[in-house]
Amino acid sequence: MDTAYLIQQLINGLTLGAVYALVAIGYTMVYGIIGMINFAHGEVYMVGAFLSLIGIIVMGLIGVTWVPLALLIVLILAMAITALYGWAIERIAYRPLRGSFRLAPLISAIGVSIFLQNYVQLAQGARPKPIAPVIRGGFELLTSEGGFAVTLSYLQIFIVVLTIALMIGFTYLITQTPLGRAQRACEQDRTMASLIGVDVDRTIAMTFVMGAALAAVAGMMVTLYYGVIDFYIGFLAGVKAFTAAVLGGIGSLPGAVLGGLLIGLIEALWSAYFSVEYKDVAVFAILVLVLIFRPSGLLGRPEIEKV
Amino acid sequence: MAVADLNAATRPAPATPFQAALKDAALVALVAMALAGPIVGLQTVDRGGSLTVDARFAEVAVGIVIVFFGRLGLALSDRGLRLPSYGIAAGLAAAGFLLPWPTDLLGVLAIAAGAALVIRGLAGQYGAHRQSKAALATETDEEKADRLRRLFTRGLGFLLLAAAVLLPMMPFANSYILDTAIRVLTYMMLAWGLNIVIGLAGLLDLGYVAFYAVGAYTYALLSKDHGFGFWGALPLSGLFAASFGVLLGFPVLRLRGDYLAIVTLGFGEIIRIVLLNWTNFSGGPNGIGSIPRLTFFGHPFVRNAPEGVVPFHQLFGLDFSPLHRSIFFFYLILVLALVVNVFTIRIRRLPVGRAWEALREDEIACRALGINPTNTKLTAFAIGAMFAGFAGSFFATTQSFVSPESFTFLESAMILAIVVLGGMGSQLGVALAAILVIGLTEAFRGLAEYRMLVFGLGMVLIMIWRPRGLLSHRDPTILINSGKGVRP
Repeated sequence: MDTAYLIQQLINGLTLGAVYALVAIGYTMVYGIIGMINFAHGEVYMVGAFLSLIGIIVMGLIGVTWVPLALLIVLILAMAITALYGWAIERIAYRPLRGSFRLAPLISAIGVSIFLQNYVQLAQGARPKPIAPVIRGGFELLTSEGGFAVTLSYLQIFIVVLTIALMIGFTYLITQTPLGRAQRACEQDRTMASLIGVDVDRTIAMTFVMGAALAAVAGMMVTLYYGVIDFYIGFLAGVKAFTAAVLGGIGSLPGAVLGGLLIGLIEALWSAYFSVEYKDVAVFAILVLVLIFRPSGLLGRPEIEKV
Repeated sequence: MAVADLNAATRPAPATPFQAALKDAALVALVAMALAGPIVGLQTVDRGGSLTVDARFAEVAVGIVIVFFGRLGLALSDRGLRLPSYGIAAGLAAAGFLLPWPTDLLGVLAIAAGAALVIRGLAGQYGAHRQSKAALATETDEEKADRLRRLFTRGLGFLLLAAAVLLPMMPFANSYILDTAIRVLTYMMLAWGLNIVIGLAGLLDLGYVAFYAVGAYTYALLSKDHGFGFWGALPLSGLFAASFGVLLGFPVLRLRGDYLAIVTLGFGEIIRIVLLNWTNFSGGPNGIGSIPRLTFFGHPFVRNAPEGVVPFHQLFGLDFSPLHRSIFFFYLILVLALVVNVFTIRIRRLPVGRAWEALREDEIACRALGINPTNTKLTAFAIGAMFAGFAGSFFATTQSFVSPESFTFLESAMILAIVVLGGMGSQLGVALAAILVIGLTEAFRGLAEYRMLVFGLGMVLIMIWRPRGLLSHRDPTILINSGKGVRP
């Protein structure tokens, strides 16, 4: 239990947490604006990961070898296409259900989730897909007496920096732009927003688009970080990111980030000090405990039930 | 919709409906190309230890063409041009049958698109026809239709029951048919149990399979390690599953519907992961094998019984046949499923059943009336769990082997799909859906890999078109806002 090991786990946990935070934002935004849990969001993230994987391989095949350029192209393409997935899902599976009975959107979302999972499995095969590391190397921060070296890889720096940059851009988007204002207006009162000229349909669609684009970034990060993905990663990542959103207070953007980081840290430390097998159980248990004892999360406002 | 129409009116109007439809279809085809292009068109394959990409652009291109024409037909039909739409449908179907497709799936897709167009067109015409008549319909007409519907439902129910009772006596009943029927009935029982939770009480439980697992493992451990017989272990595993339901339900049932869904999903996964990793207790991934087979009240279904035990066929003076066991299992699960069914029908009329349905419709109003929501929900949750436990112990004794693999989330999703397809709250609908879903799975074994894909799509489409299921016409008895249930 020396400090070097702990520091290494903290670094790993924060990296993982950055990924969860990006996915959690998608959950929290959609929940904030239409009050539904977008159960298929984990699958959108998985699609983003596959698009990144395919993109990276294609970049290698067509000879774009300068890594930053290749990653930038892949990132933009993956974000654009995943965003289109988010848009199409909202358009096909959720929009017709607005005003339907309470559980309808959730059941539809489960349908979308099952569909996407099997779609990718059929199109890409069920086997895990490994790729060679794209970003190698890192800094060696310190070495403990036991010979354990703490490393901070360039990839981890890339992930954290990209996440922070996206967060800043995103906060600007929500707080300063007309689209962000429209979103906040819809969040407060959809009918009223539509009466004063906000295009509610378009605003909700854009929320899904933004959430999906961020999930694509998370998917690309995971592809690079773990170097192996399969069609099933969306399920667990989705539940964990949802837990992060709930832990931070669903509907709250800073909450999603905080929750994501906490979940990442908890998962890393749990695996390091307790048991790897039960790390998913730990996350589920946190979800249940938070919902029971503090349903509004750490930063959320308590929800008032309306008739 | 109204807002969109207003916007359309202010824009310069497109020249003809046909051009507008063409534009619409082109747009959809473009989106489909962007969506499917990379994921379907570029397949990652492992070659020599490293991944590379195989292009499948021909298939994607053909698929896009199908999407284009399908959407064109839909758009034309929506703009009142029914005839060209039917023409496109016929063209698609003919092409599906006649052309040499790169893969069979695309041909099937083309035929399905054609069929969907025809159905959609006819449904549109029928709807318009009905709307024009609806203005004239009188109270008595509606009552008559209602009575007819009820008669039809009851008749169909009895017909199904008679068919089920007679099935094992039919000459064509071989072990394959009986095994399939047992599978259908097991899912029917599970779906009826889940129907209490979702359909009556309105609690979306995504971890229902956990209780099934609890029942199965309880039975396996009781009968294998503690020498319990089936009839002793069955109620115990039901009770155990129910107490699990109470244990899990008590803290979470206060939550809103969609939170509850995620938490139950989490519980389902926790139980599966624990079963997978707690090797001493559950055998881990290897599961528990050689669970004692069910006997006919102490008379085993074997050719040569050990000393002092009379096997089933000798008891009745029959020749030994391996079918006997299947027939007994069949009737057993039939009775178990019917118990669930009758129980549900009866409890609906009791105060607690009504409280469930009232809670489903409006929780705040129920609280105002003095119904304790947590306790009421808890009963539904526990009873649903108990039936899953019964089904689980039946599963364990028929398979004589249980492992965590049988209790994944997909299993929960399949049961949920049956309930949703049949119409939440409708007993007969759920029964038909179970037959349909399991029967279709058996019929299209060759296309088994597409099964879950179709399920997922089906769940979305049913929520859009028939949110209360295929069969059910049950609207809430009293409605405040509109007179027309959930959606027109």
